[in-house]
Order: sequence, then structure tokens, then C-alpha cells
Amino acid sequence: MKFALKSSLLSIALSAAMSTAALAGDLVINFDDPNPGPKAGFEAAVEAFKAANPDVNVIVNINDREAHKTAIRNFLSADAPDITSWYPGNRMAPFVEAGLFEDVSDVWEANGFSDSLAAIKPTMTIDGKQWGVPYTYYQWGVYYRKDIYEELGLKEPASWAEEKANCQAILDAGKKCYTIGTKFLWTAGGWFDYLNMRTNGYDFHASLLGGNEKWDSPEVRATFANWKELLDMGAFVDNHTSYSWQESLPFIVSGEAAAILKGNFAVPPLREAGLDDSKLDFYQFPAITDGIELAEDAPTDTFHIPSGASNKENAKAFLKFVTSAENQTLINAGDALGQLPVNANSSVDDDKFLKEGFEMLSSNSPGGVAQFFDRDAPAEMAKVGMEGLQEFMVKPDNLDAILARLDKAAERIYK
Amino acid sequence: MADTTVLTGTSQRGWYKRNEITATPWLFLAPGIVFFGFYVIAPIFQSFYYSTLSWDGLGEAQNIGLANYSELWDDGAFYTSLKNNFIWLALYLLAIPAGLFIALLLNQTVWGIRLYKSLFFFPFVISQVVVGLVFGWFYDPTFGLFNIALGWVGLGPINVLGDEAYVTYGIIAAGLWPQTAYCMILYLTGLNAVDPEQIEAARLDGAKRLKMLWYVVVPQLKPATFIAFVVTIIGALRSFDLISIMTNGGPFGSSRVLSFYMFEVALSEYGFRMGYGAAVAVVLFLIMLVFITYFLYSMYNEEKGR
Repeated sequence: MKFALKSSLLSIALSAAMSTAALAGDLVINFDDPNPGPKAGFEAAVEAFKAANPDVNVIVNINDREAHKTAIRNFLSADAPDITSWYPGNRMAPFVEAGLFEDVSDVWEANGFSDSLAAIKPTMTIDGKQWGVPYTYYQWGVYYRKDIYEELGLKEPASWAEEKANCQAILDAGKKCYTIGTKFLWTAGGWFDYLNMRTNGYDFHASLLGGNEKWDSPEVRATFANWKELLDMGAFVDNHTSYSWQESLPFIVSGEAAAILKGNFAVPPLREAGLDDSKLDFYQFPAITDGIELAEDAPTDTFHIPSGASNKENAKAFLKFVTSAENQTLINAGDALGQLPVNANSSVDDDKFLKEGFEMLSSNSPGGVAQFFDRDAPAEMAKVGMEGLQEFMVKPDNLDAILARLDKAAERIYK
Repeated sequence: MADTTVLTGTSQRGWYKRNEITATPWLFLAPGIVFFGFYVIAPIFQSFYYSTLSWDGLGEAQNIGLANYSELWDDGAFYTSLKNNFIWLALYLLAIPAGLFIALLLNQTVWGIRLYKSLFFFPFVISQVVVGLVFGWFYDPTFGLFNIALGWVGLGPINVLGDEAYVTYGIIAAGLWPQTAYCMILYLTGLNAVDPEQIEAARLDGAKRLKMLWYVVVPQLKPATFIAFVVTIIGALRSFDLISIMTNGGPFGSSRVLSFYMFEVALSEYGFRMGYGAAVAVVLFLIMLVFITYFLYSMYNEEKGR
């Protein structure tokens, strides 16, 4: 025991002495995506980092994404790694306020991220400081069955009227327009994000989720009225309350439903299920209110340094490494994460959906880029909100009660 | 001289030697008492304390008095959970007569009865999570066996787990499956202890079937009934895993019970209101306390009667 204590003290002293010079010692990273592609991409980046810094002993823990969400609260205060993956905006706010994340403004400063990662800077900033770096993001939009559209003679809709006309044609053919699984609620948040951003614009949407607007307002009611048009048509698959988003995919694979509003992470499972590029395509959610600038959901995933980390120098070096143009290309490649690189100088993988998404976000999203319902609203509000959205999808007539409930919750949460 | 040596002799006998009879039981109890106090009693009072806080588990805790309780008072989700808790309590008790019935059925000596007994006991052995998954597939509105069976008689389809009118009953039905098995095993052991002479005597007096069961067998099964009652009540109040697996509290929160609601507000992805969760826990504890008091009281009476 005594010896162990002595030697560990010695090693702490040693690593402290050495970290000022070349990088050495440990680097513990907690990562939260065990799916084969993302895992491989992340591990490739780690290998590259090891090759560049042979003296650093990198230890990687890869956890399940959902388990990570609750485990992070324990390991940040009890047994902090040197780097953890997490989410920006409201999702990182509680940890920043509790002093559990390290201020990494100097990393942003030193590496010129303020320019190269300018688009994402606001969501990484609290109190004028940056608390982490992004490493990937992805677009949302409507993924649809191209072959079904062609068979019915439909085109990608350019307006809300066309969207509804398409849907009616699909319904007349005995199929559903959209598949969705709302068992875990958040999928309904995606629909609300788009309907609200298209009906009232990004600024109103951000302000609503930021607690500065009433839910029971003419604007929000207009959004729900648009949604109700689809519900009244019977546009969504039946019994969606029983399904997770994965369980809702078989409907589009089998052709019982023609489209899904989802993030780009839906593409790999759909491809695996047999929908190749001749059957699966993508379009941007069409405009609803004329003159409102299009805005998109594009959630970002981030790396943070816990304030309890013991190898902060190594961690900062890794943050810099992972956001470099070349490593961003590597991590986000089609056979790795299959998402969009955050660094403007990286190249986007030669994939139909990634290219289309990248183009949409960089040139056709003038209104702004939102994170997602449950990242833009505080966690509690997101929960109450998404529950209300699910209820609305099943019982549109309860709208008054739902809006009143949300306003009451908002009053408490945003005070 | 002799007197003094005797005196010093007794006083040299240590405190423990003098109090051996009274002290020893406490010494044996000590580890249990320490752990019970540390892991059961203290957390109860901690929960009372936490329920007066506004705390996210990380930052500064703020004392807000009884504000959590006044929020509970007009929280619709809380009343839904409370109502579901009582539905669970009432319907879960069906496991006791069902268990008795199956036990009577299996309490005979035919070839291979042990196999049947273990098959009936099987659902209690497998994890609640597996039970939940299996019933989840069974209820699936599009592909599930339940709706296919309904289709044969021209009914349905019913989206059991996605409709707020059926969802709680659907989950309770799944929970009754293992719970009935548990009650059955309790009654099977109880039936072994039924006095054959009393049965014989009753038979001579002309008691048959239901009368025999009700007046002769069931009274002798009282200890088994008591235990079955206790475990079923407790099982109903802590019903959590099935809800979490089958519906995650949905659709729109209509299948929540207090224990699940507590977890959701305090520990789930969108929760972390420790104070509010503790307030729910306190309410749940008070409900349990009613039953615990009753159980302890009846056990005390039984001991006294001996």
C-alpha cells in the first residue's frame, strides 16, 4: 500500500514534469458510439494520434449511447476521463454551470477555430467562453422511396401544397406518407422543429424553445394547424406510439410508407435493409409560409475536457488533432461516422446523401441551423414538450389542454 | 484478607463477563442493525430531506421548503401515476387466487408432475425484462400474436401498448404471468403441510368440493396466503421494469406508476430533479407504510397468540 502510494505519487510528479515537454503519460477517452462505423472511424483517429504521439498511452472506453447519457454525471465528478464525448448547447449547460467542464477557449484561440468552426461557435459558447470542440454533425431532412415516387409519377415537393398533394396521391395508392416511431418521443420533436421553423421561422422557433414565447400563441397554433392537416389525412403510420425509430423503419423498407423525416443516421440501416441509391433519396423539407427563410436541424456532437481530468495537456492536443482538416475527413468518411466534417477545409465523403446534406446546410439554410428540439430546449422542457407533441399526434383535439400544460411547465422551468 | 481477594476477583471479571447474557444477542445483531440503519433507515430520512430541495444532483442545492409537494399537488402526471398504482394494487392481487387454482391443479401425484410444476414455475425464473420483451412482441399491433388471434375471431387490431385506455391493463397482464407462478409455488409448499387427518375427518362429515376447499383447506393455508399477499403487494408497488421495457411510461405518460415517475424525474435522460423525485419517493413510501404497518401488526398479533 505504502509503496503503491509512493510510486503513484512519483508517477504523478513525473507526468507533471514531462507534460511540459513532449507529450507523454495517459489519455483516457470516453466515447459513446459503439456502432461499427463510428467506432471504426473514432478508433482510426485514435490510432493516428498514437502514431503522432508515441509516448502517450491512450485508453479508450466506448459506451452505449443511452448508458453514456446517465453515466456521464457519475464519471465527471467521481472518476473523470481526460476527454468525453457529449452534446453542445443546453445539453452541456448543466455541466458547465456545475464547473465540471474545462474552459477550452485557449484551444479555440490557438488553432483559429473561431474562423474554421465559426458556424458552430455560438452553441459551444457559454459566458463568452468555449467549453468543448465539435467533431461531427449531420443533416435532417425527408428520406423517401424514390421508386415509389416514380411509380406514382411524383416529384420532390417544392412547396407545402405539393407536399400535401404528393401525400394524398400516396395515400390514394394505399400507402402511408411517413413512417415514424414515437415510443421514445424525440422523433415527434423533429417534426415539430421543421413545421415550426417553416411556419414561423428560425428566430421564433429558437425564442420559443428558449422560453421567450408563449406556447398558446397564434404562431404555435398555426404550426399545429399545419401538422393537423397531415394528421387528418392519415399521413403517418398507425400505432406509431408503440415503435422506436428503428422499429418504424420496416414500414419504409417494405414500401408501406413512402418517406421518413430523420437525421442522416437513418441511411446506413436503410441501406443495409436493401434500399440502394436507386430506391432511396433525399429532399429538403419544403417551405410552408412564404418569405420565411429555410432553416435546418443539424445536431452536432462534441468532445469536452472534464475539469477533473488529469492529463489536460494531452487532452487539448487531442482536441486540436481531431478537428484538423485531415482527421475530420477521416472520422466522417462514409465507412466511418458517415457524417459531415466540422472543419471547413475537410472534404465531404463522396456519398449522395452527405453531399446533398452538405450543400443544403452550406448554401440553402439561410435562416440558421438549429440543434434539435431536445438540445435547444432545456431537458425538462424537452421532456414535457415531446410528450405533448406525441399526445397531439394521437389526439389532436387535446391541443388546448396540451398548450396550457406546456405554458404552465415553461413558467416553472424558465424562471 | 480472604474477602478482599474475592472482591478483587469479581471486579476483575470484565464488563462483558458480567453482562454476557444481555450483551451477546446485541453483539450478534449489531452488524445487521448497522447495515439496516445505514442502507435503509438513514436513506429514508435523507429522502425526506432531499424532498425539500431544488437540486440537479450536480450544482448547488437550494432549500425550497414544501414547494415540491405543492407542485405535486397539481401535477397531472402525478395523479395519473397514483391512479395506475392503485389499479396495479387491485389487479395484481388476482395472482393469489390464480396461483391457488394452479397449485390445486398441480397438487396430485401423476407421472411427470414435476415437469409440469417446473414449467408453470418457469415465468418466475426468467427475468422481468425478458417477460416485458416477450409480451411487447405479443402485443405488437402489426405483427403480434395477440392481434392475429383477435383477427381470427373478427376483432381488433388493438394497439394495447400504444393506447392509453388499455396500456396499464396490458402491462399488468404481463406482470401477472410471473407473479401467479410465484404464488403457485408458495401454495404448493403450503399444500404439503395440510393435515390429511383433517381432510379425512371433513370428508366423513360430508364436506365436498368448494366447501372442503373454503372451510378446511384454505384456513390451513393461511401462512402461505399471508406471504403471497405480502409479496404481491410489494411487487405491485415496485412494478418498474415491465413499464420501463414495454412502454417507457408512454404513450404520453399514461402508463407511469409512482416508482417509474420517480425514476423519470430524478434519474432519466431528461430528469435530474432530485428534490422532486424525492418528493414522489416520500409519497410512495407513505403508501407502502400503510401496508408495512398492517403486515407488522398482523405478524405481531400472530406471535402474541402463540
